[in-house]
Amino acid sequence: MRAAVIVFPGSNCDRDLAVAFGQAGFSVDMVWHKDDRLPEGVDIVGVPGGFSYGDYLRCGAIAARSPVCNAVVEHAERGGYVLGVCNGFQILTETGILPGALLRNAGLKYICRTVGLRVETADSAFTGGYGTGDVIDIPIAHHDGNYFADDDTLARLRGEDRVAFTYQDNPNGSRDDIAGILSANRRVLGMMPHPERAADPGHGGSDGTAVFRALAGVLQPA
Amino acid sequence: MREPALSPELIDAHGLKPDEYDLILQIIGREPTFTELGIFSAMWNEHCSYKSSKKWLRTLPTDGPQVICGPGENAGVVDIGDGQAVVFKMESHNHPSYIEPYQGAATGVGGILRDVFTMGARPIAAMNALSFGEPSHPKTRQLVNGVVEGIGGYGNCFGVPTVGGEVRFHPAYNGNCLVNAFAAGLADADKIFYSAASGVGMPVVYLGAKTGRDGVGGATMASAEFDDTIEEKRPTVQVGDPFTEKRLMEACLELMRTGAVISIQDMGAAGLTCSAVEMGDKGGLGIRLDLDAVPQREAEMTAYEMMLSESQERMLMVLRPEKEAEAKAVFDKWDLDFAIVGETIAEDRFLIVHNGETVADLPLSKLASSAPEYDRPWEATPIPEPLADVPQIDPIDGLRALIASPNHAGKQWVYEQYDSMVMADTARIPGLGAGLVRVHGTDKLLAFTSDVTPRYVRANPEEGGKQAVAEAYRNLTAVGALPLASTDNLNFGNPEKPEIMGQFVGAIKGIGAACSALDMPIVSGNVSLYNETDGQGILPTPTIGAVGLLRSADEVIGCDVRDGHVALVVGETAGHLGQSALLAEVFNREDGDAPVVDLDTERRNGDFIRANRELIRACTDLSDGGLALAAFEMAEAAGVGLHLDDAPTEMLFGEDQGRYLVACNFDQAEALMIAAGQAGVPIQSVGKFTGDSVRIGGASAPLSELAALYRSSFAAAVA
Repeated sequence: MRAAVIVFPGSNCDRDLAVAFGQAGFSVDMVWHKDDRLPEGVDIVGVPGGFSYGDYLRCGAIAARSPVCNAVVEHAERGGYVLGVCNGFQILTETGILPGALLRNAGLKYICRTVGLRVETADSAFTGGYGTGDVIDIPIAHHDGNYFADDDTLARLRGEDRVAFTYQDNPNGSRDDIAGILSANRRVLGMMPHPERAADPGHGGSDGTAVFRALAGVLQPA
Repeated sequence: MREPALSPELIDAHGLKPDEYDLILQIIGREPTFTELGIFSAMWNEHCSYKSSKKWLRTLPTDGPQVICGPGENAGVVDIGDGQAVVFKMESHNHPSYIEPYQGAATGVGGILRDVFTMGARPIAAMNALSFGEPSHPKTRQLVNGVVEGIGGYGNCFGVPTVGGEVRFHPAYNGNCLVNAFAAGLADADKIFYSAASGVGMPVVYLGAKTGRDGVGGATMASAEFDDTIEEKRPTVQVGDPFTEKRLMEACLELMRTGAVISIQDMGAAGLTCSAVEMGDKGGLGIRLDLDAVPQREAEMTAYEMMLSESQERMLMVLRPEKEAEAKAVFDKWDLDFAIVGETIAEDRFLIVHNGETVADLPLSKLASSAPEYDRPWEATPIPEPLADVPQIDPIDGLRALIASPNHAGKQWVYEQYDSMVMADTARIPGLGAGLVRVHGTDKLLAFTSDVTPRYVRANPEEGGKQAVAEAYRNLTAVGALPLASTDNLNFGNPEKPEIMGQFVGAIKGIGAACSALDMPIVSGNVSLYNETDGQGILPTPTIGAVGLLRSADEVIGCDVRDGHVALVVGETAGHLGQSALLAEVFNREDGDAPVVDLDTERRNGDFIRANRELIRACTDLSDGGLALAAFEMAEAAGVGLHLDDAPTEMLFGEDQGRYLVACNFDQAEALMIAAGQAGVPIQSVGKFTGDSVRIGGASAPLSELAALYRSSFAAAVA
C-alpha cells in the first residue's frame, strides 16, 4: 500500500497527511512539486492543505498548472485514487478533476474550528468506514471554503450520490452545505475539512481516522 | 546619486540627539557620510540599542540548568530533555501595527518566526498579546480587525499553529496599540545556530527575498513618539510575504543540515546594517559588503536605502566556502535568492562599497558596542491610596457585566481566525488557559502562555511585574506543566519621563524577583519604549511569555468538568478588590493597590497542583474577575451549570493571587483536601458544577443565556 503526498513550496499540512496515511499502514512518499511523475506503484495520491504557491492569483490555480499536477491528473484519469484536503480540494477543482470552485468564505474571514459533518454517502473507498447519515466532528481551517457549483452540477452531484460530506451548521456559505465531493468514478475525494487533524486521540477527537482506515481496507493487497 | 549634506535638521530627523552626534564625530574623527549617518541612527536607536533599558535588563535572572542560551541571540534556547531544545522569544511590533494594522501585525509575526528558525528550530507554536484602545474609539475597530487578520494571514500561510494569547482594551491604548508576537520552535540541542561570524575571508551570503525600499527607517520610527503626522509614516512599514517566509524557513533548515552554515542572522530591524554588524561584532571580525551584489527589487536604490531597508524574509549568513555549490542548490530548489555580497575581514571595519565607491567605512566594534547607554532618572511610583468602599452587588449582575465586556468575553472571534491546529500536534486550542502542543514524535508536550495585568503594573509596578510572571506560572501549572523559562516583552511610554522610567524600573524588579523565585529565567525578550501619542502614554505592559514542559500526556490536567463535580479553590482568598476587573468594568473605577504576590506561596501552591494532578479533572488559575469569572468560564467550556455558595462580593470577585479553581468528583475532592492539609495549602470547597443554570448564592441565570452573551460580546464590540 503506497501513498504519495504532494509537496508544494507552500504546503503546510503535507506532514500531517503523511502521518495519517502512515498510521493507517501506508508507506508514504513525499513528491516535490517540480517532479513530473509519481513514484511507481502509488495507490493513492494525497494533495495536502496549505498555501501551495502562496494562494497568489487564486487558491490552487498555480498549483493546478504545476508539473506534478499533470501527473496527478493522469493518475486520476487512469482510475487512481486521490484525496485532496483543503487547499488540495481547491487544487483538484482548479485542475478540473472535480467540478465547482471554492470561493471566499461568506463571512469573509478565515475560520478555524471543529465542525459537525454529515456523511452523505458511505459508498466510496474514503467513506466506507462510516454509515450514511453519521455525524462526525472534523476541524476546518480555511479562508476560501465556500463551495460553489451551478444548479446543473449540484443536481448531477446529488443525482449521482457524489456529495460525500455536508456541514451540519454551514460555516462558510457553501451551496447545499457541501463540505466534500467525489469524482464520477468515486475514486477522487475533495474536502475542505481536515480528517488528518482528527486522526489520533491526542488531537482531542479521532473521527477522521475512518477515512484513512477505509482507504487502507480497500487498497490492501489481496 | 549625490548624498545630501548633513545638517542639524537631518541629524535630528534621524533621531540622534546633539550629544549622540558629537559621540559619532569623536569615534570616527570626521563628519559621517549620509549613509554612515543612517547606519549610526539604525544601530543607536532605542529599538536596536536598548540604550535606556540595558542597565536594568542586566539585573534580570537569565541562567539556570535548563538554559542553553539566554538573551543576546535571536531567541532563547532551553533544554527539554532527550537532546531536544525549545527556542523562543516574544517581540513587539507596536508602532508599525498602529500605522498599518494588517502589514504591521503580519510582519511582526514574520519577524518573530525568523528569529526562531534562524537558530535552527522549526516553529511549532505562536501566540500574540494585543492591547487596543477603548472599543468605542474611532480607530479601535479598524485596528482590531486589521491586526487579527494580519496575524492570521501570516501565521496561517506560514503554517505555525497559534495556540494562545490575550486581547485587552483600555483608553490608555487609544493612541498606541500593542502587538506582541511570540514564537517557539523545536531543535536538536546540539544543532543550534548562532550569529557570531568566524574565520577571515569567509563569504557573506544574502538569502531570501529581494531588497526594496519598504521599511526604510522603521527602527528609528519605532523609537519615537507619535503625533498628528502619523499618516506620513506609513511608508516606513514593511510588507510581508508569508509564502516567501515559509520557503525561507524550509531552505534555511535544509541548508543547516548540509553543514554549510558558519553563522546566520535574520534581517529584522535595520535590515542589512544590524545583521552584518551583529555577526561581525560577535565574531570579533570586520565585514565588507558590496551592495551591487545585493538582490534588488527596485531600480536605482541608493546605498542608504539598501542599508536601512526592512524588506522582509531576508537572512544573512557566513558560509563555508567549500559548500557554496551545495548551498546554492538548496536555495535554487526553493526559488529564493542566494548571493555572495561580501566577506569577513580581519580589520575592525564595516566597509560598504557601492558602484565601486566606498560609501561607509566605520569601526565595526564601536558601531555595535559604543551606543550611548543611559542611566535615565526615575521616580518610584507612589503607593496608591487605599481602596475606597466597594458596594456589594448581585453576583449575577457582576458576572454579566464582566462577560459583556470585550475584555473578559470569550475570544472565539479572534482565535478562530488563526489556524490553531496545523502541524496536527495541538493538544489544546486557545480559549481556556495555556495552549498545549505535542513535541512531534515523542510523548512530551509543551505548554505556552502569555500574561500581564497592566492595571496592576500602573498601580504598583513591582507587584504588577511579579504578578505577570506568577500568572504565567499558574497558567502553565493549571494544565499540568512544569514552568521552564520565560521571555519578556516590555512595553512602556517615554523613558525620558522619570515617572515612566520609574514604572520600568519597578516592573523589572518585580519580574526579576518572580523569575528567580519560580525558576523561570528570562531567556529572551524585547523592549518597546516611546509608546506615547501627544504625550499620553500607555499602561505599563510588560508581557511575559512562558513555556512549560510535560513529560507525557499522562501529566496533562484536562478540561473534563462533569455534572456533579465539586468546585474547590486552592490558595487563600482574602477578598482583594483593588485594581480588579470588577471595579473597572462595573464601577468604572481603577483605584486601590495591586494584589500582593507572595512568591513562596505561589511556588508551594503550584507544586501542590502538580503533585496532585491525578485527583484533578479540570483546573484554571484565578486572575481577572476572580472566582466568579473563572468558575463561569469553566462551566461554559464544559456546558455544565454552576452553583457557587453565597459569599460577599469581594470573595467572589476578589483577585487574590496564588489561587486555582479545581473541579473533581467527591472522592477526589476529599483526597485533595487531605493532601492540602498535609501540605499546609489552604483549600476550600466553594460549590459544584451541576444542572443548566449559573447560581451564585440566591441569584441565578440560565447557563445558555450567559454563554450566549459570553460568546457574542467580543464581536458585538469590535467586529
